[in-house]
Formats: sequence, structure tokens, C-alpha cells
Amino acid sequence: MSTPGTPRVVGALVLLGLALAPFLLGSYAVATLSRILVFALLALSVNLLTGWTGLPTLGQSAYFGVGAYTAAIVAKNLTDVGPLQLLIAAAVSALVAVPTGWLAVRARGVVFLMLTLAIGEIVHSAAVNWKPVTGGTDGLSGIPPVVPLPGLPALELDGLVHFYVLAVFLLLLAAVTRLGATPFGLALRGIRDNEPRMKAIGHPTRRYALTVYCGAAALAGAAGSLWVSVQRFVSPGDAGFEIAALALLAVVIGGAGSIRGTCAAAALIWLTRDHLGNLEAVAGRGPLLLGLLFVVAVYTLPRGLAGIRLPRRPNRKRTA
Amino acid sequence: MAGWLDGHLVGVVDGIAFGLLLFTIAVGLSLVFGMMDVLNLAHGTLYLAGAYTAYALSDGTLPGLLLALAAGALVGALGGAVLTLLTQPLARRGHLDQAVLTLGITFIVADLFAAAFGGEVLPTDPPTPLRGTVDLLGHTYPTYRLVFIAVAACLAVLVHLLFERSSLGALVRATVADRDMVRAQGVDIRKVLYGVFALGAALATVGGVLGAPILGPGPGVDESVLVLSLVVVVVGGLGSVRGALAGALLVGQVQTLGVALLPQYAPFLLFGTMLLVLVVRPHGLVPSAVRT
Repeated sequence: MSTPGTPRVVGALVLLGLALAPFLLGSYAVATLSRILVFALLALSVNLLTGWTGLPTLGQSAYFGVGAYTAAIVAKNLTDVGPLQLLIAAAVSALVAVPTGWLAVRARGVVFLMLTLAIGEIVHSAAVNWKPVTGGTDGLSGIPPVVPLPGLPALELDGLVHFYVLAVFLLLLAAVTRLGATPFGLALRGIRDNEPRMKAIGHPTRRYALTVYCGAAALAGAAGSLWVSVQRFVSPGDAGFEIAALALLAVVIGGAGSIRGTCAAAALIWLTRDHLGNLEAVAGRGPLLLGLLFVVAVYTLPRGLAGIRLPRRPNRKRTA
Repeated sequence: MAGWLDGHLVGVVDGIAFGLLLFTIAVGLSLVFGMMDVLNLAHGTLYLAGAYTAYALSDGTLPGLLLALAAGALVGALGGAVLTLLTQPLARRGHLDQAVLTLGITFIVADLFAAAFGGEVLPTDPPTPLRGTVDLLGHTYPTYRLVFIAVAACLAVLVHLLFERSSLGALVRATVADRDMVRAQGVDIRKVLYGVFALGAALATVGGVLGAPILGPGPGVDESVLVLSLVVVVVGGLGSVRGALAGALLVGQVQTLGVALLPQYAPFLLFGTMLLVLVVRPHGLVPSAVRT
């Protein structure tokens, strides 16, 4: 049906649409597109762990949240230069991931999922309870508009912020794509497909897992920083379970660790949540629609799920 | 130590009550995963269903509570049967699909509950005869919680006897160990699967009915109950009744004493406990004897 050139044409068209959106669409629609790009980055971070390495995570919202709060605090107190906020947010997220990841990568399969879920929940409750830093349930507001590069004016308009987000998104997308082709990226897939064999031929698989865990946390933290640039507000909900579940779902629907699939699924999920949920007939029923999307997707897209299965039983020694 | 215990006696007893509540909920999650290999992330939703049942049927009398218990057990057993039906086609596709499916169910049911009961946490009173307080070594303590401890302890003993000492439990454990052999004996495996899932789910809803005055129904409760149950199961060891009890009592103490002693660090205490246990015993406090 499709020729080898087709994905490239589709990709170019999508890119063109994203670049032209601020000239064609209203402010709300453009902001939605920016949010989709941010969410796609978060989903790509889950894809590093779940799609490539076979580690199913329900806790990536933790690092997204850490990044968002860090960027918000940096923006309010230190600098309004976006890339600086982004770098600091990514670094802090990666740093938080060292001890939490050290614990998580001891496990595989469902136990890994449970540990990451608990980590996410703990960061969420820290966001609620650590009022002096996070503002509690009120969150942090009054964040100044982002400055894309030192010397440039601050981006007040949603359309201009969109260009900043798009530029960072493309950079990070290229970095992730590049990583997938490196020996390390291939080793991650080796861990997913047959960890005992990888270990047997001399790969320190747990160290690889911790490395990709911290890298994925940095990516999620960068996404959190962009989130703050778009929203200029952060609240505990941004570090919540729903975000983590949606990001995992994007990877599952995307299928087989595919970057394009993950991004497309991220867009589909976000539109379901924000736009379908706003239609008059189903106003306020976003969660219901999302749940139905989960259920329908899992039964009807089995081939989209190929290759990212968990081991049938966790911690079972396999004879490979 | 005696003075410290006296000062925190109420906290310790509260921890036992909360721990036993967690056991009643989490043991079903542990058994369904450990024995049937089904990851049920809708387990917190079952608790919520039980708690809303209690809210809807509680009229402040003991018969009202008993009615709610019967209705809650029925809701749970039906929910477990439906979940078995829905997860069976995915059994060969792995846990990630089960996770996505059960998360989807969680979202759907949470939305339906919010539409039916609103967005607030609904306070649920215990029945009038149990509403007062009793004297506990010089401290006043809610009667309901003491009764709850007694009832939940009985439930724990019953579940333990059922799975570890009865021939029915032996059948279930045999099914886990060697499905084909049990089938060759002429046993309908599907009945065992449905039975374990229905029982595990009914325990969670019964926990919801009994726990409603302690942890009332409201949006988000399903999620926090799920997380606490997962922590209990991971700390205790997958698929083991005694592990679930040990994990639940530990988490119960950490949650109540931690909040009382170090409120600002309470969330980190839970994580720290999990970290400590898993570093010392990677498979949990009491790993399942059947599956190692």
C-alpha cells in the first residue's frame, strides 16, 4: 500500500503543518498543539524504557513533575532563558532518578511497574505536601514568559511559544532517533528481548538499565520544563498518575518501540482527552472516553503491541 | 520504650487497623497476580465500589451494615468474574496489555462513580451501636476501629486457612504449579480461575464496605488504594497470604506512625521502607512458596 517514501512525505507534511499552525489556527488550538508536542516528548521518554528496554513504567510523571517544578522555580527566581531552565530541569530530574532508578532497575516486569508507580505517587504527594517549595495544591503561578535565547525578547504569545517548543521538540526527537541507532540503543533492545543472553555475552545489563532510566528521566524533565513554558503554571496534577498512565498508553498504542507510532498515539490520546471531552454530547466525560480508548485499543491493536511484551513471569530464570 | 508506646499507643493501634484494612484489600491483588498471573490495576476501583456500596446502603444500623456487606461481596464477586472474562483473551499477550485494559476500566468506572456520587469524598458513619469510643489503657479509642480489627483479623485467618490448609486451597496451588496436570485430573481449570478472581475481588469490596468509615469513598481513593496495595504486595512478596499480611501490617505502621512522628517526610518514609525491604529481601518479606 505504501511506498518506502510515504512515511517521509507524511512526516514532512506533519512538520509543515506544525510550523504553519500559528499562522492558521487560533491561540487555543496552537497551545493544544504545543501541549501535544510536550506530551509526545514525555511519551518518547517512556518509550526509551518500555518500548526499547522492556521496562514498563507508570512513574514517568515523577520526573516530568520534578522537571516542571524545577523549571518553574528557576524561571521565577533565577533566569527566564528557556534553554537554561530546560538544562537545569533535565539535570535535576536525572539526579533524582539516580537513587529511585537504582531501586527500580533491580526489578523487571510487573514489579518494575509497581515500583515506578509508587515512585510516581510519592513525588505526587511530595508536590502536594511540600508547600514552601511547590505551593501545595495551589501550585506555582506567575511564571514569567520564556525567553528563547539570551538577548531575545520574551515570548508572550502562544504562537511564538509554539515555535520554541517545536524547535526543542525537533532537537530532542533527533537525539532520541540517533540514540536508537547507536550500539547502546541496540543493547537496550537486546535487554528487552533476551536479558540473560545479553548478560552472558558480557553486557552489564543492570548498569545499562540504570543509564537509560536516568536518560529517560532527563528527557521527561526537559518535557516538564517545556510544559511550564507553555502553561506558565504548574500544579500537582501535572505530576499525577493520569499523566503517567497516558504516557504508557501512548507507547503501547504506538507499538513496538516505534518513535513515529508513539508520537502519533500521543497526539491521538491528547486530542481524545482535551477535544473530544469538550464536545457538547460528552462534556466533562474525558476520563470515560480515555478509558474506552484504552479498552478498545488493547483488543483491536494487538499487532501494534508486538515486541513490547513483558516477560510472562517476572524474575523467572529463563533458560535461553 | 513503655512510655513511648503509651504515648503512641493510639497510633500503633491505628496502624494495625489500617494495616489489616490494607491486607483485606491487597491479598486479593496478590493472589490474583501470584496465582492466576493476571495484573489487575483496577483493584483500587473494587475497593471504591465497596465503599460506595457502604455509603449507599448504610442507614446507621447493624442490619444495614450486614446488608452492605452482602451487597458488597456480591458486587465484588461479579466484578471479579467480569474481570476474568475480560482479561482471559489477553492472557497470552502479557502483562502490559492487562495493565492497559485494567487501567482503562479504572478510568471508565471512576468517571461513572463521579457522575453518580459527585466529586467530593463522602463521609460514611459506622452503624450507631459502634459509633462511640472505648477506653484503651487510659486512651479513648473509636469502638468501630477495634471491631474492625477483630473482623479483619478473622478474615485474615479464614483466608490463610482456605489457601494454606484446605483441600480447595491445595487445588488452587496445584493449578498454579501445574495447570495441565490438574486438568488431567478432570478439574475444570476455568472454574478455579473464576473462583480465585471472584474471591480476591470480593475481599477488596468487603474491605471497601468495612473500610468506608476509615477511608471514605471519593475520587482518587481508587488510585491511592491501588498504590498502597501494590506497595504491600511488593514488600510482602507476590502471591503469598502471609506475605500480604506482613507487608500490610508494616505499611500500616509506616503510614500512621510516620504521619504522626514525621509528617513532612511521610511520603518518603513509605518509599524508604520499600527500598529497605527490597534491598534486604528482593522477593519480598515472605516470598510465595509455590512460585519462586
